Amino acid sequence: MRCQGKHQGSLAFACCRWQITNFEPALVVQEPRELCLRKTRTFKMRPLTEEETRSVFEKLANYIGENIKLLIDRPDGNFCFRLHQERVYYISEEIMRKATNIGRDNLISVGTCIGKFTKTRRFRLHITALDFMAPYAKYKLWVKPSGEQSFLYGNHILKASLGRITENTPQYQGVIIYSMSDLPLGFGATSRSTQDCRRANPTDIVCFHQADVGEYLRSENTLT
Amino acid sequence: MAPVDVAALLTTAEKGAKDKLKSTHVAKEVDPELDLGNLLGSDLQPIDVREFMKDREAFLKNLARDNTQLLFNAIWKLPTERCEGLVLATLPESRTVIPREKPVPKPKPPTKWEEFAKRKGIKNRKRERLVLDKNTQEWKPRYGYKRANDDTKDWLLEVPANADPYEDQFAKKIEAKKERVAKNEYQRLRNIARNKKIAMPDKLLAPTATRPSKEQVSVKLNLSRVSTASVGKFTEMLPKEKLPKKTGKKRKFEPVVGDLSGERSRNLELAMKIARKEPLDITKALNQHIAETEKSASEANKMGAGKGRKSKGKGNSGKAGRSVGKKKKGKRN
Repeated sequence: MRCQGKHQGSLAFACCRWQITNFEPALVVQEPRELCLRKTRTFKMRPLTEEETRSVFEKLANYIGENIKLLIDRPDGNFCFRLHQERVYYISEEIMRKATNIGRDNLISVGTCIGKFTKTRRFRLHITALDFMAPYAKYKLWVKPSGEQSFLYGNHILKASLGRITENTPQYQGVIIYSMSDLPLGFGATSRSTQDCRRANPTDIVCFHQADVGEYLRSENTLT
Repeated sequence: MAPVDVAALLTTAEKGAKDKLKSTHVAKEVDPELDLGNLLGSDLQPIDVREFMKDREAFLKNLARDNTQLLFNAIWKLPTERCEGLVLATLPESRTVIPREKPVPKPKPPTKWEEFAKRKGIKNRKRERLVLDKNTQEWKPRYGYKRANDDTKDWLLEVPANADPYEDQFAKKIEAKKERVAKNEYQRLRNIARNKKIAMPDKLLAPTATRPSKEQVSVKLNLSRVSTASVGKFTEMLPKEKLPKKTGKKRKFEPVVGDLSGERSRNLELAMKIARKEPLDITKALNQHIAETEKSASEANKMGAGKGRKSKGKGNSGKAGRSVGKKKKGKRN
């Protein structure tokens, strides 16, 4: 067994992600185990701390601005953010209450995964959050049909495939990427402001790729 | 009478002795189990109850004697050797497992170094006790009394290039050795205290003879911060001071379920705060300014070119009218 996670290639009994490759029992026993076992602790589902909430909201605000409050205070029911195994889930209260009956080891996912906290405690959005973000997007970017595939394969958006962009989009602003038929495709961060985009060369990157719906296929096993 | 008496006496005495010295041969229906390694014999034959009830003492004595005889017979069959006038028999391995008297000693608790070495996979190398002395070409103990290559007996010491020439290098050396011994003793005592779970003062908080390290300073500073009656609640922050990450407080999380209204209102407040917080972004402001000027410029162009052509008279007439009016005013006056 070799660790595929943080301890690349080191032998491990259990780790965040491991794979069985030419299993050597004798070696496994000799190897110090605590290295990777430390990673196996499970986390109880819990509300976010203030610090965590702040980093989540700051990230969300980058895309939807003050519309976050529409996510928190919804007329159609009570929704909340919960942390489970370093992932942030956006759940209706009713489902969350039901989910508390499931053991923390057995609970794989509940509600919608918004993103996850990295090991350095930074929040990273997942593509699964797109459904909740797209209706409230402040800045949008439309991709031409010719550039759609490239973006869905995880590439940055070039000027050539830029269909439309919200007026007055600043540089490094979080944007939601749409196809020309107004289908949300993912998130990105502009590399140039709208004005600069006009002057850019066709091969220049106008938007950095952050997440796209292609990840539903590409990273199927890690998305929850 | 007398000689007869003597002869008779002798014969009776002989007889008595013969009676007393029973034969070494003992007949038993069931052979006793013998474990010669432990010099142990166990009689498996059932007791004859009738004989036993007649005279218990005599029966037991007899039985013990017979069994002992069997044991000794077996011992004499073992290979023997003679040593300093004594006959010694070599006993075989004992077969009976006897439980030990005292409990198995517990393994010594590992010292801090041993724990570290185990974690790092450091193994002890065995070194020979005797080493060759360079000067005398003799084999001497590695350390201790009369050791080989004894550097404590040096009569000459080099003064390092950057050292004070008037410094006593011999005294320095002795001092260093004392220091090492003291450190070792200190660590030994710490190990004992650690293993017996005695509270020890923090290593970093101990007074230092030399300048304290950065770590020591920060530990002391952080401790002094909370060493007030209000446990540091009102301690003033120094400019650019960073709070220690490890505060010793246990993390406490909100309950997972319960009244969510409080959580929601807090989140709302935080969201509003974050959304409102938009410091002046110079590039953003500049971009907006550029956009506005470009927009107005393009509009002006449109006005000048497209619109102007379509309704030239209207546009011009207004401007002209005003100017004309002014001029007229001036003229009138």
